[in-house]
Amino acid sequence: MEKYTLSILVENSAGVLSRVVGLFTRRGFNIHSLSVGTTTDDKISRITIEVKGDVYMVEQVTKQLSKIMEVIKIKTLRDDELVKRGLVLVKIKTNAKNRGEVIEIANVFRANIIDMSTSTITAEVIGSDQKIGAFLNMLEPYGIEEMARTGMTALERGANTLKLDK
Amino acid sequence: MNGADIAVKALEDNGVKLVFGYPGASNAPFVDSVSRSSIKYVLSRNEQGAAHMASGYGRVNRVAGVCTATSGPGATNLITAIATAYMDSIPMVAITGQVKRELIGKDAFQEVDIIGATLPFTKHSYLVKDVNDIPRIVNEAFHIATTGRPGPVLIDFPLDVLTDEYDEENTDTEINLRGYKLLGKANESQINKVADALRKAKKPIILAGGGVCCSDAVDEVREFVKMTNIPVVSTMMGLGVIPTDSDSYYGMIGSHGKKCANSLLNRSDFILALGTRLGDRSIANIKGLEKVKKLVHVDIDPAEIGKNTLPKIPVVGDIKDVTTQLIKIAGDYRTSSEWLSEAHELRAETKRELVKHDTGFVNPKYFLERLSEITNSDIYLTTEVGQNQIWSANHYTIKDPTHFLTSGGFGTMGYGLPAAIGASSAQSDVPVVAVMGDGSFQMDMVELGTMKQYGIPVKMVLFRNDRLGMVHELQYKMYNSNFQMVDITGGPDFCQLVGAYGIKSAEINENSQIDDAIAEMLKDKESYMLVVNVSPFEPTGDAYNENYLNKKEG
Repeated sequence: MEKYTLSILVENSAGVLSRVVGLFTRRGFNIHSLSVGTTTDDKISRITIEVKGDVYMVEQVTKQLSKIMEVIKIKTLRDDELVKRGLVLVKIKTNAKNRGEVIEIANVFRANIIDMSTSTITAEVIGSDQKIGAFLNMLEPYGIEEMARTGMTALERGANTLKLDK
Repeated sequence: MNGADIAVKALEDNGVKLVFGYPGASNAPFVDSVSRSSIKYVLSRNEQGAAHMASGYGRVNRVAGVCTATSGPGATNLITAIATAYMDSIPMVAITGQVKRELIGKDAFQEVDIIGATLPFTKHSYLVKDVNDIPRIVNEAFHIATTGRPGPVLIDFPLDVLTDEYDEENTDTEINLRGYKLLGKANESQINKVADALRKAKKPIILAGGGVCCSDAVDEVREFVKMTNIPVVSTMMGLGVIPTDSDSYYGMIGSHGKKCANSLLNRSDFILALGTRLGDRSIANIKGLEKVKKLVHVDIDPAEIGKNTLPKIPVVGDIKDVTTQLIKIAGDYRTSSEWLSEAHELRAETKRELVKHDTGFVNPKYFLERLSEITNSDIYLTTEVGQNQIWSANHYTIKDPTHFLTSGGFGTMGYGLPAAIGASSAQSDVPVVAVMGDGSFQMDMVELGTMKQYGIPVKMVLFRNDRLGMVHELQYKMYNSNFQMVDITGGPDFCQLVGAYGIKSAEINENSQIDDAIAEMLKDKESYMLVVNVSPFEPTGDAYNENYLNKKEG
């Protein structure tokens, strides 16, 4: 099974996300990660969905999604065709002794320390699934108090774009 | 002009002449406005009936039928019928009332999220939030319901949107659907591939589905078959694409179809599947099919291609367009006489069931054969779901697919009677016969009141065996005759029941009574019920049973 990323341009109207997500549920497809945001046109949102499956399954997902009225355009990309980033905010248990080590790890991963208390450090890191995973692994021994992680968002490599035809 | 007035005007602009529905507090302004318009309102006895009526009406008039209900329970009562329309790609516009905008989400009296509830089985749906959006939304709803692959569209009107004053200056009526992708002409090179594959085929077959009818391509398909002589089988929704008594037609496929049709499909080396989902009831072993056959799958909905099976040659397109192109480039193909005689032999092998007389029961298959002969199939026939449906599909001669209305994909008991009321409201020239079992009739028999109130002359044929026959048969074969929950003895005396509505009736017990009874039923232009007593052990007599019996005997 390969991972595919679907970039979907949709009308920015009520209920669109539930139509898109509902379709995955009722057709038995799995969402690996999801992120939604605005585009340069405030009438259009961009949904990025990662799915795992074979090429036929992904084709079927794409065709079914295309039938949703609010879905304007879809592009399916393999991992080598795009740049993809996610964000994680993580609160790590620290004390006066090990605080320095944690900050050092954060520096190696180019994470930013965005908050600190006597017993915790909160860091943000942006990157691929693998980078975020490695960062979290390093922090695990200190104790992760809490974390919040976004879905991946992606753009195609090179000069190609996903835009509406004018 | 308020929201309800402009909604009704928009319906008129879209050619609506009749709506089926049920009133309530949230759609009261709509009902009020309809009374001042050119649109006639038929009051059903349950909202589900109204939506099935809209389906029957739409299928006969080839428009989107309109049904309407109030918020909450009114709206949820529509659900089964909306799903029924969705599964069979029937165009429909369902209009529901909703609580006032400020009450949405507050669990107000008779509030339900009907958009959310119907999301998986509507082609599209709208919650109207601004009165000035109404004309555009109604126009879009009809456009979506009737174009491409047809289907039901739901519009949910909050009560205060219906009562808001409409501002003509601030409206737009133009359809604005940049996400709606309608197909152009089918890809020529794909059609050429089909023609090339057909030329190489020794045993070609056409599998006709309901899409042929949706695309209004019956004439083109018949023309192509006439030119090439390719044998035709069909799904249930494709019944009548080729008249079922035609020499080129070999029967319905699937678990409830004919063995001859299934065998022929299995022996073929090239299948031209036109407008069919290739669903599980049509083709049980889909994987086997894709391995050995040259399968050409033509469908207007790209998502159907590759959903259940991967065809060798996919063609996304309107069947009318595709068939017209095929006539031009492959019309000179001639089916070999070897294949045709093989097909003929297969058909001849099908043992014609010996009809027994004087048994105290009527043979329903013989009844349906006589019904086609006596009427020359020049009637609209609706069916319920169960044995009555399979008997009709396999034994009634269907000459026109638009004249046979059944719930194929969803298998909804309670469809046939209201669909017949809808079909009869759509036109008054051709008689409408509803073939029902005593189980399914009781699902929507409340609509007898609608029938009587509006003088809608539906002819009801009720196969009575005091059983839920199809499940009875299933338990006989698969559950060691442990008959559970299939005995519906204690049901009403059906003649007395319809008599209470002032509807005439008769009851028959022998084959010898069939001809006179049918003549009497069709004599006057008024509702009538013919109760036909059949044996609880009367087999469905389809492919599934043929196989079962062969195994038992062999």
